[in-house]
Amino acid sequence: MVHYPAWDQDEARSIVSGLSHLEGATLPILHALQEEFGYVDPQAVPLIAEALNLSRADVHGTISFYHDFRTAPPPRRIVKLCRAEACQALGCEALVEDLAREHGIVVDSHDGHHDAVVETVYCLGNCALGPSALVEGELVGRVDADRIAALCGAQQ
Amino acid sequence: MSEAIRIYVPIDAAALSVGAEVVAQAVAKEAQARGIAVEFIRNGSRGMLWLEPMVEVETGEGRIAYGPVAAKDVATLFEAGFQNGGPHGLRLGPVDELDWLKRQQRLTFERVGVTDPLSLADYRAHDGLKGLEKALSLTGVEIVEEVKASGLRGRGGAGFPTGIKWKTVHDAGATQKYIVCNADEGDSGTFADRMLMEGDPFLLIEGMAIAAIAVGATRGYIYLRSEYPHAHKALQRAILKARNAGVLGASVLGSGKAFELEVRLGAGAYICGEETSLLESLEGKRAIVRAKPPIPALQGLFGKPTIVNNVLSFAAVPWILTHGAKAYADYGMGRSRGTLPVQLGGNVRRGGLIELAFGISLREIIEDIGGGTLSGRPIRAVQVGGPLGAYLTAQQLDTPMDYEALAGIKAMLGHGGIVVFDDSVDMARQARFAFEFCAKESCGKCTPCRIGATRGVELVDKIIAGHERPKNLAVLRDLNKLMTDASLCAMGGLTPMPVMSALNHFFEDFDRPPAERLPLAAE
Ligand SMILES: Cc1cc2nc3c(=O)[nH]c(=O)nc-3n(C[C@H](O)[C@H](O)[C@H](O)COP(=O)(O)O)c2cc1C
Ligand code: SF4
Ligand code: FES
Repeated sequence: MVHYPAWDQDEARSIVSGLSHLEGATLPILHALQEEFGYVDPQAVPLIAEALNLSRADVHGTISFYHDFRTAPPPRRIVKLCRAEACQALGCEALVEDLAREHGIVVDSHDGHHDAVVETVYCLGNCALGPSALVEGELVGRVDADRIAALCGAQQ
Repeated sequence: MSEAIRIYVPIDAAALSVGAEVVAQAVAKEAQARGIAVEFIRNGSRGMLWLEPMVEVETGEGRIAYGPVAAKDVATLFEAGFQNGGPHGLRLGPVDELDWLKRQQRLTFERVGVTDPLSLADYRAHDGLKGLEKALSLTGVEIVEEVKASGLRGRGGAGFPTGIKWKTVHDAGATQKYIVCNADEGDSGTFADRMLMEGDPFLLIEGMAIAAIAVGATRGYIYLRSEYPHAHKALQRAILKARNAGVLGASVLGSGKAFELEVRLGAGAYICGEETSLLESLEGKRAIVRAKPPIPALQGLFGKPTIVNNVLSFAAVPWILTHGAKAYADYGMGRSRGTLPVQLGGNVRRGGLIELAFGISLREIIEDIGGGTLSGRPIRAVQVGGPLGAYLTAQQLDTPMDYEALAGIKAMLGHGGIVVFDDSVDMARQARFAFEFCAKESCGKCTPCRIGATRGVELVDKIIAGHERPKNLAVLRDLNKLMTDASLCAMGGLTPMPVMSALNHFFEDFDRPPAERLPLAAE
């Protein structure tokens, strides 16, 4: 499990200034901040806007457009479960139902009291070995009900 | 060192997803315990994904494959003398003799699985950089003509002739031009880009460098989806090595021509695969689709002339320059020239990557090569060309893999992904999903797509629930026509393709008594 340091405005400022020379620097900066702190704090918006000579609305608009960027600290563990067609053909929706029924884990719900959050993604490029999940940067294939529960840290 | 036994364990993400890493560790440990010197190579995957992790060992008779290997098999493998190619239940025989590989025509993927993806020396030893060297001996016009003559069409989906795109950028007068690789690979059922970037990243670098030399561009970006962390690592390492070796940088292979290349990560938005939306994203903005014209070839990244091509389009070019346009064009059928990396996934027994000349039938791929469904139940539907592609019936599988032939049955080839479903699939639910996906992933710029997709979900729900069916079916057809005709880009414009194909070919699923329970997602 990844543990992130608390948001630190000075550290964030130095990340922003270290990357602001790039062409089209917004996404690289957002990724770098999220990698460091686990999320992009709203306090980053004016920093980025100033460094890149953009309006705050532009920066906020970019953050909110993309599924990847979060603006609050992440849960302890994120399991990205593929729910695209090839994984559907291999039963990923049954996994979603099983998680809800057996473990009370509702996919894409962030208000549960679980350590792990299961998020929907569409295709992980593992369509011949699905259902697939991505957990902390590692791809997992042929996921079944027990495996997904274990990945979520749920009791059997 | 010469006595060390050379063992190959794939480092492809799909192989890792079923345990290649623990197998590699187990092999290393067991070899050490037995005092056997081993040289490990972490290769790409040969594409036989159902056999992963597939371990190969180099012997006097060539490379012998074993698979699928689990960590618990490793001790018995050594006992059986697999380090010398010995017999074992998992022994598959000489890799090059495997039927699945033998029937392919691997041009773009010729090195994937064969070489060490991150060894430039290995790359060169297998004809790498010959295309770039050739390009450096030609004028820009000559390179463009060669690509044109090969008949290469964009492999990302739309099938636009690559040479014509390059010519437009070549002829555009500008001080700065860009080469952009579309590595967003968002379509379900597609993984060829990923396998190539992980299994032979220098090939993509070489292809992009050739494009840069051809049109006089000095900067390039690979826009990679964030769902591919393994490919990201491979590309970053390969670019660093290429730069250190002078393949990239201020003077490409000592030519005095500069080309700088960088990887940029997307952030989980399907629409970023659409080229203008991708450019907006690279510029740091919300990825809202741009109206065309102007085309990116004339006003692309930061308003400058830009080549945007798919990974496989760039990756086809070094072969074309090395072997000649005609040799490439000799493969294929009709206006689909060369080879297509087909990706076979979903409910199929032997799924994976198959590179073949255009023209092979879907049936041959799915039944013959793929061995039918994994579940053993009958095939009911096959989706070709990603989430915006049509669902075909088992009766339509004699259609050849060819842009025009698929268009002829109101389907599309797209990026060459084939997803197989058995008879347990509910096609009304698949139609609902097509709308749901569009609603979630729409960029929101135009009304038919943004509102239409949401209305589409509601309509299909009503139809499934048996609520005023004839009336709602008529509205559904009307909505589909509107989205097709009035959407700004193919996201909204093609979503009706999976929906209408499901409706037309599998009408019985839209016409049965309502289920007692709503699907979970609708609760
Ligand atoms: C919604 C949508 C998604 C797309 N996704 C991709 C993609 O993931 N990869 C890709 O190469 N092309 C994708 N395309 C096609 C690109 O817009 C563009 O045609 C392509 O990158 C051009 O390269 P090519 O000529 O080499 O195929 C997509 C198009 C649309 C409308
Ligand atoms: S069709 Fe959809 S994705 Fe395409 S421009 Fe319109 S709203 Fe955006
Ligand atoms: S559809 Fe799930 S990995 Fe591709």
